[in-house]
Amino acid sequence: MSQPAVRVEGLWKEYVVGQVRGAHGTFYDLLSVSLKAPFRRLRRLGGNEQSTDTEHFWALKDVSFEVQPGEVIGVIGRNGAGKSTLLKILSRITAPTQGRVSVRGRLASLLEVGTGFHPELSGRENIFLNGAILGMTRAEVTRKFDEIVAFAEVEKFVDTPVKRYSSGMYVRLAFSVAASLDVDVLIVDEVLAVGDTAFQEKCLARMGDLSSGGRTVLLVSHNLSAVSRLCSRAVVLDQGSLAFDGAASEAIVEYAALMNARIVRQAITGSGPLAETALLTSLAINGSSESYGQIIKPGDPILLQIAGKLLEALRGFRVTLCVFKGDQMVLCLHDAAEPEDVGAMAFQSVFTIPNFFLSPGTYSVDVNMYSTYSSRWVVWKGIASFSVATEWHVLYEPTHAMGLVNLRQAGTRTYLHES
Amino acid sequence: MTTTTESQEEVFSREHLTVIKPPQGWRMLDWRELFAYRELLWVLTMRDIKVRYKQTVLGAAWAIVRPFTTMVIFSLVFGQLAKMPSDGYPYPVFVYAALLPWTFFAGAISASGQSLVGSAHLVSKVYFPRLIIPLSSVGAGLVDLLISTGILLLMMLWYGVGWSVNLLAAPLLMIAVVFIALGVGTWLSALTVAYRDFTHLTPFIVQIWMYVTPVIFPVSIVPERWQWVLYMNPMTGLVEGFRSAFLGKSFDVSGLAISCGIAAAVFVLGVAYFEKVERRFADII
Repeated sequence: MSQPAVRVEGLWKEYVVGQVRGAHGTFYDLLSVSLKAPFRRLRRLGGNEQSTDTEHFWALKDVSFEVQPGEVIGVIGRNGAGKSTLLKILSRITAPTQGRVSVRGRLASLLEVGTGFHPELSGRENIFLNGAILGMTRAEVTRKFDEIVAFAEVEKFVDTPVKRYSSGMYVRLAFSVAASLDVDVLIVDEVLAVGDTAFQEKCLARMGDLSSGGRTVLLVSHNLSAVSRLCSRAVVLDQGSLAFDGAASEAIVEYAALMNARIVRQAITGSGPLAETALLTSLAINGSSESYGQIIKPGDPILLQIAGKLLEALRGFRVTLCVFKGDQMVLCLHDAAEPEDVGAMAFQSVFTIPNFFLSPGTYSVDVNMYSTYSSRWVVWKGIASFSVATEWHVLYEPTHAMGLVNLRQAGTRTYLHES
Repeated sequence: MTTTTESQEEVFSREHLTVIKPPQGWRMLDWRELFAYRELLWVLTMRDIKVRYKQTVLGAAWAIVRPFTTMVIFSLVFGQLAKMPSDGYPYPVFVYAALLPWTFFAGAISASGQSLVGSAHLVSKVYFPRLIIPLSSVGAGLVDLLISTGILLLMMLWYGVGWSVNLLAAPLLMIAVVFIALGVGTWLSALTVAYRDFTHLTPFIVQIWMYVTPVIFPVSIVPERWQWVLYMNPMTGLVEGFRSAFLGKSFDVSGLAISCGIAAAVFVLGVAYFEKVERRFADII
């Protein structure tokens, strides 16, 4: 076997979270804490503080793995698992506390699209600026200029300041510069979450090309369907440690198991004034209690089942599921058109999302229960998550005719015969 | 040209092995890597220049208006009202010759002091030698310096101060000013990342520094045996050097030597300090 393209050995990273504050119980405490603060801050900012009044947090704990040249490896884990820290170390933005990483060949990272874009400058100027920031030479950018502009579909606006671009154009241009990077090791973070679906598809295809061209790609994503499609192998991070390293399909199962284990442990109190009154006892997606990580075929409807229990009677009670894609709330589902008065009893609510309704991607679900008359509520944030697989629109829909949500039978067609 | 492409190819080549380790104390500046990223330096400098006067009515004329107005005000206040001595030269030319390096220096250290914090979005998202950022903001001021120099040459004709052979020293002096500005600027930029106090301190530093530098007054108003104290300020030697170059008076070689020595030391220490703290920037910015 040849030498690995990336070798990560025993990587640790510590962050100082902030001070554990003095008790503030008395005025004297308050005074002494505030008077000492500048000195303590001086020590901390100076970087040589070892005092006990700070809280330390290990973002990465002894992470080791290797990536072979030409491999596309996914890094998955929930928020705060250490994915971003790992990426930042690999892309040399921040230094590890312990351990060592060696990267063979030219390295570039895309932690964000359009890094360094300046709104006052034209598309042309920004291409050169962004290219240089990503480590391309001027000659390289000149050679690929037409290709970049064509890929972004902004030919007419090359000399317009990018502050006048639509957000879609802006993102397309930014990704196109990045996509033209010719490097040996590419590190990508969540950038696929940008642009419209048609453009995302183009980006996925481009990443596929990269890997078949022998490039090494590290992809960090919440989009499990993208990971399962692009990556042959994946590592799962959990609370800073490497929880799994193996085939991508197994990694996704492992990740889902981790998330589901967490759900069971956290069970089932939500947050809000009704938390003591309304309980969530179970949640199932398409009949399975795996509430994280299911990949659902676009042709299948999605059935969400909720079981709950009320400990006292409520007036105007309703259950609403809110479905998010990233930060955007895509859809709310109510279990009753009109809120109803209910007694203290157990209940079950069933919600259906029709097939071909949601565009491909990863969704998270909040469960809300509330009493409309007393404005008391309880919410379980991010209690479930699933992905809609990517392949369907290639078969069923032209990519430019697909929205965030889609109704397949919203209309009817009648034929008019000319007489 | 072959050597330049070679170094670039080496840093960006397929076989290049990048090792990422915890930072350990002082380390040497990686000149080779910095050189490989010289195009980024150029692009960022050009960005700063282009953006500076975008969407202004006067455009690049601001580069003339600012130092020129300062010169007029100083001439009125210090030349006419306060009757500040000027070694026998017309006060406007006398003060403008000093404002030339001073305005550049003051602008450069203020801009580069803020540059890293202002580029936080770059520092936390992509790797390149961080030194590029303060360097580029110093570089952007060079255009203004050159434009102002043109104005001074015209003013000298107007006031009948002849062009002398001393002018040949001007480019060397400009290089020296660039080095001091780089030294102080990188230092301030690194300090500002950790201690935001410097955002507020820098304007004071610039203001006080101007009054201990012979911009509005000649060195000759200080008794001769105390003049060396003035020259401990590296800007003193350079400001006086600019005057000698443009006004055609003789150079104070020992004073210039002291100032240049200190300038070199400031530059080396500034860059060294920057390199030491560079790797923590992303965590604390």
